[in-house]
Amino acid sequence: MFTLIQQAPLSAKIGMVIILLNLLTILLAPQMAPYGETELVGDVWAPMSSEHMLGTDQLGRDMLTRVVYGARNTISIALTIVFLSFVVGCSCGLLAATMGGWVDQTIGRLVDIIMAFPTLIFALMVLSVMGTSIPTLIGVIAILDSTRVFRVSRAVAMDIEVMDFVEVARLRGEGLWWIMRNEILPNALPPLIAEFGLRFCFVFLFISSLSFLGLGIQPPTADWGSMVRENAGAISFGIYSPMYPAAAIAILTIGVNLVVDWMLNRSSLLRT
Amino acid sequence: MVGLELLQRLLSEGKVSRREFIAQAAALGATAAFSQSIFASNAFAGDEPRRGGRLRIGISGGSTTDTIDPAASTDMMNQILINGQLGNSLVEIDHENKPIPELAESWESSPDARIWNFKLRKGVEFHNGKTMDADDVIHSLNHHRGEDTKSAAKVIVDSIEEIKKEDKYTISIVLKSGNADFPFLLSDYHLIIAPATSDFTDGIFSGGYILQQYEPGVRAFATKNPNYFKSDRAFFDEVETLGINDVNARTNALKTGQIDIMNRCELKTVHLLKKMKGIEIIRQNGFKHYTFAMQCDTAPYNSNDVRLALKYGVDREKLLETILRGYGSIGNDHPISTANRYHASELPQRQFDPDKAKFHLKKAGITDASFDFHTSEAAFSGAIDAGVIYKETAAKAGITINVVREPNDGYWSNVWMKKPWCAVFWGGRPTEDMMFSTAYAADAAWNDTSWKNNRFNELLVTARAELDEAKRRAMYVEMQSIVRDDGGVVVPMFAADLAATSDKIAHGPVSANWELDGLRAPERWWFKS
Amino acid sequence: MNKLAAMITKRIVFGVLTLFAISLLIFVGVEALPGDLAEAILGQNATPETIQAFRTELKLDLPAHERYFAWINAFVHGDLGKSLANGRPIAEVIGWRFANSLLLAGATALFAIPLAIILGLLAAIYRDSWFDKCISMVTLSAISLPEFFVAYILIALLSVQIFLFPSISNINDQMSVFQKMHAIFLPCLTLAFVVVGHMMRMTRAAIINVLSSPFIEMAKLKGIGRKRIIVKHALPNALSPIINVVVLNLAYLVVGVVVVEVVFVYPGLGQLLVDAVSKRDLPVVQASGLIFAATYVFLNLTADVLSMLSNPKLRNPR
Repeated sequence: MFTLIQQAPLSAKIGMVIILLNLLTILLAPQMAPYGETELVGDVWAPMSSEHMLGTDQLGRDMLTRVVYGARNTISIALTIVFLSFVVGCSCGLLAATMGGWVDQTIGRLVDIIMAFPTLIFALMVLSVMGTSIPTLIGVIAILDSTRVFRVSRAVAMDIEVMDFVEVARLRGEGLWWIMRNEILPNALPPLIAEFGLRFCFVFLFISSLSFLGLGIQPPTADWGSMVRENAGAISFGIYSPMYPAAAIAILTIGVNLVVDWMLNRSSLLRT
Repeated sequence: MVGLELLQRLLSEGKVSRREFIAQAAALGATAAFSQSIFASNAFAGDEPRRGGRLRIGISGGSTTDTIDPAASTDMMNQILINGQLGNSLVEIDHENKPIPELAESWESSPDARIWNFKLRKGVEFHNGKTMDADDVIHSLNHHRGEDTKSAAKVIVDSIEEIKKEDKYTISIVLKSGNADFPFLLSDYHLIIAPATSDFTDGIFSGGYILQQYEPGVRAFATKNPNYFKSDRAFFDEVETLGINDVNARTNALKTGQIDIMNRCELKTVHLLKKMKGIEIIRQNGFKHYTFAMQCDTAPYNSNDVRLALKYGVDREKLLETILRGYGSIGNDHPISTANRYHASELPQRQFDPDKAKFHLKKAGITDASFDFHTSEAAFSGAIDAGVIYKETAAKAGITINVVREPNDGYWSNVWMKKPWCAVFWGGRPTEDMMFSTAYAADAAWNDTSWKNNRFNELLVTARAELDEAKRRAMYVEMQSIVRDDGGVVVPMFAADLAATSDKIAHGPVSANWELDGLRAPERWWFKS
Repeated sequence: MNKLAAMITKRIVFGVLTLFAISLLIFVGVEALPGDLAEAILGQNATPETIQAFRTELKLDLPAHERYFAWINAFVHGDLGKSLANGRPIAEVIGWRFANSLLLAGATALFAIPLAIILGLLAAIYRDSWFDKCISMVTLSAISLPEFFVAYILIALLSVQIFLFPSISNINDQMSVFQKMHAIFLPCLTLAFVVVGHMMRMTRAAIINVLSSPFIEMAKLKGIGRKRIIVKHALPNALSPIINVVVLNLAYLVVGVVVVEVVFVYPGLGQLLVDAVSKRDLPVVQASGLIFAATYVFLNLTADVLSMLSNPKLRNPR
């Protein structure tokens, strides 16, 4: 494992460092943050200074503190959502592709219905009925996202499913799970990994879109998406505080995807 | 210079006239040039109003489900269209918060203020060419009355027992009980007069502009009414009203010159907007206030000590400074604004006092409780932040507040009047009686604190019919003090209305009863030459 | 080709069933929302009597199933009904907005899709070069930013700082085509930022995936140039996932752009739908929801047909 990391190209190492830093931030947020998560410490939108390294936000809370605590809330929520949606989406997708027939049809039509339902309206309705608690938020986004994962994983698996080696395995009399696990999944992995990298950052976007409509994460909890939203009005006046959480999202996304790219590389190298 | 600043504020609030201002300013030692410069910067351009041009208003508060019917008018885009451009009421409120004649020429009441006679203006022509008479007025008022009306103004005209036509240009209105402020009620933005044949959906009224195009929530376009009965009003040739709900979009549109007027500036950024060249901020200190309403019949808020503890636990200055960026004034736990006639300035201002809050909490026998405070941006802009700040400051008094964010969607039907403690927006009312009768009387439909105080309710009825100014004042002061010390509302602050215009726009002293010069900006304002 | 025709027919039947299921879901969803039209419209001004008057007039007091059947009956007879909130015919309320939504989506797709595929191809051709890395970084940062954030930045730069394009895109009938294009430039650019990254990355990944197939190895051994391999051999075989991601993004451009509509004050269908949901104006929610769903079903069908045509193995029965 260690040598593997050592051999990784520079870009992947940068990616890993970014992810590691984020993980550290999650673990050590209370120690790293100079102030309390919701503490009002200064003037509104104060510029950078020695007391407030990134200035303050729209209520006069320390920006650095908010970004640090935001990492914890945002990443853990995003990870949970992506994980859930991949578990649900991939297993349904692979199942549909391998089984074909009525299974494929049933799942496919069900997903069609969910996907054809305008996403934001779906979220708007469910969150209005169930309330905007974090578990509901996670559930709703995970379900919506899993349909996308299903589409991609099914499409990829379908392409592989008609390949000769799957046919061979079938003829050998291998079971369904064996084929899914040993033949299809490894071959379908690269596009799925790429999808993972993108899904991960789409979750931030979705949460911030929801907070644009007033349905996001509950304040005063810090999360990057909502922070961008709350501070966005300042941009056209040349105040850059909304940039910091946005930059945090962008950097993490780039970090994750650098590592994803490297894994893609390796998996395609392995096969050649 | 303190005196001068005060004077300037009074001027902007319409408490002194321009002539008085110059005289007073001179007495304070300011040069004539100085006072003129204040007028110039405040767009009292000094010259006569100029006619012409196309006014473009970017307005918040439009929805694609709006209709042109005044009875259904609940938000700003339709109000500024129906009340500010297309139609008129019987009574208008001027910049000194006094009722002045509009479609009614004059009025008088019986000594018990129960029967009111209104003489109607002659020769007023509707957009379809019909001349206005008593039948039109009665038809229009009845639109909001009766069993099956859907009007949002039903509550306002509920006090009317009967409307009688005396002759072609006189009506007499009999009230269920005396009300000295009745003309104020008739200035309400729902009570627009339309022809007797109207079903209120065609936009035909008597106002200074004629509706040409209307797409609900998106755009309305109106052109000047050549036969308008007011000769010194409605200066623009055309008025385009654009629904722009996103505050940043509104601000950007004003900055890039795509609109001339915007309402509801974003408080977070208004100080930055103020510094920009070519933009004027218009501030109106009106009746608008925010309350944190506690249900007085629900534990723990049925204990007045809990209510007092929460009233002492709020840092008003901090909220005013952070949420309103100072554009407003702190409240004294009653809903009567300094712009109201009988505001009780003699009551001591309640301050943030952790010790008193602790004392009352202890007296209530509550040591370790947390209070769920329900809030949403739908309550008022900044309501969630206000909750967060409240939570932070109340913690210093040992009070644990749990901020519960509710969805914007459905806030008024699911949270307000349902949750035991929530954030509420009040546009306020131009008279004490309207405000108290709407939300504090025991039997009021919107008594959102379920508060019942016998002395208060007695005074409310007596004061309403009292025509003697001094006696009325004493009663209203006592009522304010009762609400302050016993009522179920924390009133942390009154919010000023902030609008912004391009510096090409000029106007006289503004009315504070509603946003944008009492909704009359399209009628009263003009382009500088 | 018969198989294709059969599949299309089958899919259309399923499509209609999907729409029916969605209409039912929308109805149940709106019913489940707390409050009804009367309360939503009157808001803070509501009193029990006025709410009752509303309900009686609009027949909101009938049982739910009766209202649903009345609606679906009118719908299958071609009558979309009237908006409950303001009584306007729904065809009139929706028609021009849907045209606007299509205009915005079409204008964006017209330059975003070719751009994304070309960038994806280039990135695959010059894989691991500085060009690949740069483009990857830029697109990743672009898609990781919330769309309203991108929009505000573009407005700040191209509208407030230097006035090149208007900051609000409230197009109307009196405008010429050129004026409309000028007005919708910023929303198009914002949306392009959002979709190009996703499509470009999936294109690149799909092509790289195909590149590891044996037949490409064979082509390499034959000494065919890298560019030629990618364009002539890899691209056709990677079409299926690329078409899928393009279609997903097209659907997003039509259906999911409500935030951009709000920021640029663009009169599209998304804003109408959100307003209608918040006012519980059921016929409008139904009609616009179904239009979105139909768009999606149609695009999906197109994607499946195209994937089928592009993949020889899928084309022929096993």
